[in-house]
Amino acid sequence: MSQVTMVEPVTMMDPMLPRPAVVRAIRPEAYGISTFSLEYTDPDAPLGFAAGQFNMICLPGFGEVAISICSDPGTPRVMEHTIRYAGSVTRAIGRLKIGDVVGLRGPYGNPWPMQLAEGKDLMIVAGGIGLAPLRPVILETLHHRDRFGRVLVLYGGRTPQDLLYTGEFENWQDGGIEMFVSVDRADETWKGQVGVIPMAFYRTRLDHRRTLVFSCGPEIMLRFVIYEAMARRIPKEAIYVSMERNMKCAIGFCGHCQLGPVFICKQGPVFRFSAIEPFFGREEF
Amino acid sequence: MAGSPTPRVSATVIFPKPTLQQVLDNLRASGFRLIGPTVRDGSVILGTLEKISELPIGRLLDQKAGNSRLLPTHSADYFACTVGPDSWKRYLFPARSDLLTARRNGDGWIFTPASDDSPPFAFIGVKSCDLHAIALQDEVFVNGTIGDPHYAHRRQRVFMLAVNCSTAASTCFCTSMSTGPHVRSGFDLALTELPDSFVMEIGSEAGSNALAGIDWQPASAFDLGRAAQVTQRTERLIQRQVTTSDLPQLLYERIDHPYWDTIAERCLSCANCTLVCPTCFCSTVEDHSDLNGNRTTRTRVWDSCFILDFSHVHGGNSRPTIKSRFRQWMTHKLGAWIDQFGRSGCVGCGRCIAWCPVGIDITEELNRLRTAGAR
Ligand code: SF4
Ligand code: SF4
Repeated sequence: MSQVTMVEPVTMMDPMLPRPAVVRAIRPEAYGISTFSLEYTDPDAPLGFAAGQFNMICLPGFGEVAISICSDPGTPRVMEHTIRYAGSVTRAIGRLKIGDVVGLRGPYGNPWPMQLAEGKDLMIVAGGIGLAPLRPVILETLHHRDRFGRVLVLYGGRTPQDLLYTGEFENWQDGGIEMFVSVDRADETWKGQVGVIPMAFYRTRLDHRRTLVFSCGPEIMLRFVIYEAMARRIPKEAIYVSMERNMKCAIGFCGHCQLGPVFICKQGPVFRFSAIEPFFGREEF
Repeated sequence: MAGSPTPRVSATVIFPKPTLQQVLDNLRASGFRLIGPTVRDGSVILGTLEKISELPIGRLLDQKAGNSRLLPTHSADYFACTVGPDSWKRYLFPARSDLLTARRNGDGWIFTPASDDSPPFAFIGVKSCDLHAIALQDEVFVNGTIGDPHYAHRRQRVFMLAVNCSTAASTCFCTSMSTGPHVRSGFDLALTELPDSFVMEIGSEAGSNALAGIDWQPASAFDLGRAAQVTQRTERLIQRQVTTSDLPQLLYERIDHPYWDTIAERCLSCANCTLVCPTCFCSTVEDHSDLNGNRTTRTRVWDSCFILDFSHVHGGNSRPTIKSRFRQWMTHKLGAWIDQFGRSGCVGCGRCIAWCPVGIDITEELNRLRTAGAR
């Protein structure tokens, strides 16, 4: 009607509209944390996601949450989501049974730069539930092990009970992945390393000219990971982190996930560290 | 009615003031709901309009930091009021709007987009700053890679009757933000008010059609000169000035500046400034279910970066203090917006200055941050 700056939207699918998805499996991972396998009931739903992307899962009446997809991008029909029961929506999801239906939309976000890692050494550093968005990376490197140099996983949790996917670690190791697992506080069952995960850097003997770092975990851990990596002369451009913020829409409308100039849902959640450095770790920013 | 043929697009015409009623009648006859400024609750509020006599004739908004009063004047001008607390975003991006419903279907759910039966709106009397504000929200909701169909549905059908400002409030600073007071594009019709007549520029085919059957004259060089003087005079009335050439860097460099502590002592974190702002777009979603949980409506509701819960993530809140929330607002509005959308998020309308209960003035605060030195 009026000649405004606006472009005619092509076919405007409602981007906030979920599609029904059925719970195919529920696997307890740790206290208050389970992995839910979800599959769209509509066979025409678009398939495919990339490592590091996330979905919006909703339960009508409770609301929506952003959850990383933690399964293998090579088998996209059933997508796994590791969920910690922390708020009202996730607690309601925690009461679901196999066969129940949720609303699902996605995938969203900027994935890990897998192609850049090809031919390089890849160091994956995760804390707690931060391993979830990195698991697709690990599964992908296992499929194409020859495309990558060394693949290292540095994984830390507060206690042995907080560690995710422990049943898979042996497989990962057999597939040629170097695993360094440690906990902050051990108990009598624990036979592995004790200490915060950035300490594990000392045992890795990295080649800074050919290493890419992918990291996800609490912000305080990310800060130390970046510090340790840079102390080993890994350039800022070779460090990637996945960030977390409150999100309501996942498509840049709601304004909740801003970090300085970026919307974490659109330009993130995975960022090259050099791109967000001025805004990273600023108190209350 | 006989009248003249419809004027061509980009022509400028002139007609006596009462004739504006016929333009409104034409728009109504074409199915538009007319929305314009009206006097209500002691201020100027946007509302449904039928008669030009409902416009705030002969009134003036006297605005200062933390203060806005509607005053009578001796003139009988229709559009002398500057902007009130309302903005057009109320109609394009309502404070509450339904997104979808979820109905239980056996073990599953059926999700249906909410239908929107709102009529097409004709906005009567849009000032230049607000036209720019609408263009900014277009950028947020439609020009991105993913569009919002709810906003687009309303936005695409709007008829825009813009007005060149004939007065400025002491809170206005559109000249600093390059958003006014002269309307330059993005309108169907643009009007300039002279003492005895309206000069009207035709911006689109729809604008031309709205003048069907109306007795207009082509504007003479003399009329055009008088119209040009109106905005030139308004420009000289604008008192507030801000420098923007060092943005966004200034704000980014001073994230940790002690200046922000001083603002925390005054700001109440009431969110008024974000609610009156025509460009603020943050929202949240709410689910409302019927008693047996078989039917849920999901509603989008305006939110504000001043609300404590806004940045809540499990394990805490990333902006727990008023200082951090005010810093987010100002750094986003005047700074980050430039990186995100290529333009400042502030159009200089002055609403946040007038409607802040403690009179915090964004122009003054920016100048204060700048002169506070690099710490
Ligand atoms: S700046 Fe003023 S209007 Fe805005 S939140 Fe603070 S007190 Fe409220
Ligand atoms: S920040 Fe204040 S002056 Fe700027 S557009 Fe918003 S309300 Fe108007």
